[in-house]
Amino acid sequence: MAEEVVLLDFWPSLFGMRSRIALAEKGIKYEYKEEDLRNKSALLLQMNPVHKKIPVLIHNGKPVCESLIQVQYIDEVWHDKAPLLPSDPYQKATVRFWADYIDKKIYDLGSRVWKTKGEEQATAKKEFIESLKLIEKELGDKPYFGGESFGYVDVAFIPFYSWFYAYEKCGNFSIEAECPKLIAWAKRCMQKESVAKSLPDQQKVYDFILQMKKHFGIE
Amino acid sequence: MAESNVKVLGTWASPFVMRVKIALHLKSVRYEDVEEDLLAPKSELLLKSNPVYKKIPVFFHAHNPICESLIILQYIDEVWTTSASSILPSDPYERSQSRFWAAYVDDKFFPALRRLLIGATEEDKKAALAEVVGGTVVLEGAFGELSKGKAFFGGDNIGFVDIALGSLLGWIEVIGKQCETKLVSEAKTPRLVQWADCFSAHEAVKDVLPDVDKLADFGLKLRAKILKALAPTN
Repeated sequence: MAEEVVLLDFWPSLFGMRSRIALAEKGIKYEYKEEDLRNKSALLLQMNPVHKKIPVLIHNGKPVCESLIQVQYIDEVWHDKAPLLPSDPYQKATVRFWADYIDKKIYDLGSRVWKTKGEEQATAKKEFIESLKLIEKELGDKPYFGGESFGYVDVAFIPFYSWFYAYEKCGNFSIEAECPKLIAWAKRCMQKESVAKSLPDQQKVYDFILQMKKHFGIE
Repeated sequence: MAESNVKVLGTWASPFVMRVKIALHLKSVRYEDVEEDLLAPKSELLLKSNPVYKKIPVFFHAHNPICESLIILQYIDEVWTTSASSILPSDPYERSQSRFWAAYVDDKFFPALRRLLIGATEEDKKAALAEVVGGTVVLEGAFGELSKGKAFFGGDNIGFVDIALGSLLGWIEVIGKQCETKLVSEAKTPRLVQWADCFSAHEAVKDVLPDVDKLADFGLKLRAKILKALAPTN
């Protein structure tokens, strides 16, 4: 029986991008379905009744929700090509820790940068830069977070690069000035077809954010 | 079998620490128990071994620190491999389901429970209570799906989701008593009620779950400490 893989997604979603990249790394053919989040499809509501969120990976009719869970699932099922997680348990724990940090800290702080203004935004910007510096420290002098090869933390974090321009314009700062190694890493990742094809254009993301700000009545 | 270099930095009252201990008991791994006082300033060891979050539990294996309870559980499962005590299922799809529901406990259920504990106003408490009870109903459904008619989320034996949710049972009872409501009720969640009894009685669990009165007393002190920290300073 042929494998049937469907991804319910939304083009600017940082989380959806992770699954796109993982699927591309493994060379898996899948059907991409764009969701209108103001008018969620019956399929989305059926496949993710608990959270009603994208991305949803549907493999042979069975849904997997939550992007990092999807990436681990993809890595475990299609394990013979482009391994994303290390095999050593301690290294696995380390990459899981940093991917989780990206979700717990970096995502929320980044959101606050574009969603707020004034004093609140200044604080968010400071904390956001601190969190980027911490993850830059974790990268160190390695070409990728995964060492010599592109891995789990790279997949988890590279989608944010497509949002950097939007964060910078909204917060009026330069990420490259603060974290040059991160930008060098990001550009290295963008050389990979799996990444370049999965990330939207930064200007397009910024235009989307401006629309969102208008919609939420933020400045 | 005694294991050297296995240490748990935590506290008897923390459900996240309980998860780690249950997993180690399940695998018959002996460990050194290092108690951190949550009501006192954080220890040097904690600050050094978890500089990012400064939180317990921290698990040490051969001097390597590992943080975040669900990550620790997966590490323990991957290092001490005996199929008899597997914490996560071997099938990738079933693993993804276990991870999903453990994440639900941590990202949705636990925060609501916490809000119910520290809720300052009646309105806050009412909203949190509705969320918690709603959450138990969702988890009752998850139990039906995952257990496939067996006693635990993990099937015949306790697994990832059992440990993630079961570690909260002491606090669920304490907070329920405070609100004068049974948070896991026979009326709404009969299967969870039965599961809770089976889980609490399990060999690997029964010595880890704390005495409810002791926990209630601790809960009052912890709530006071949190509310004091949140109070605006003039």
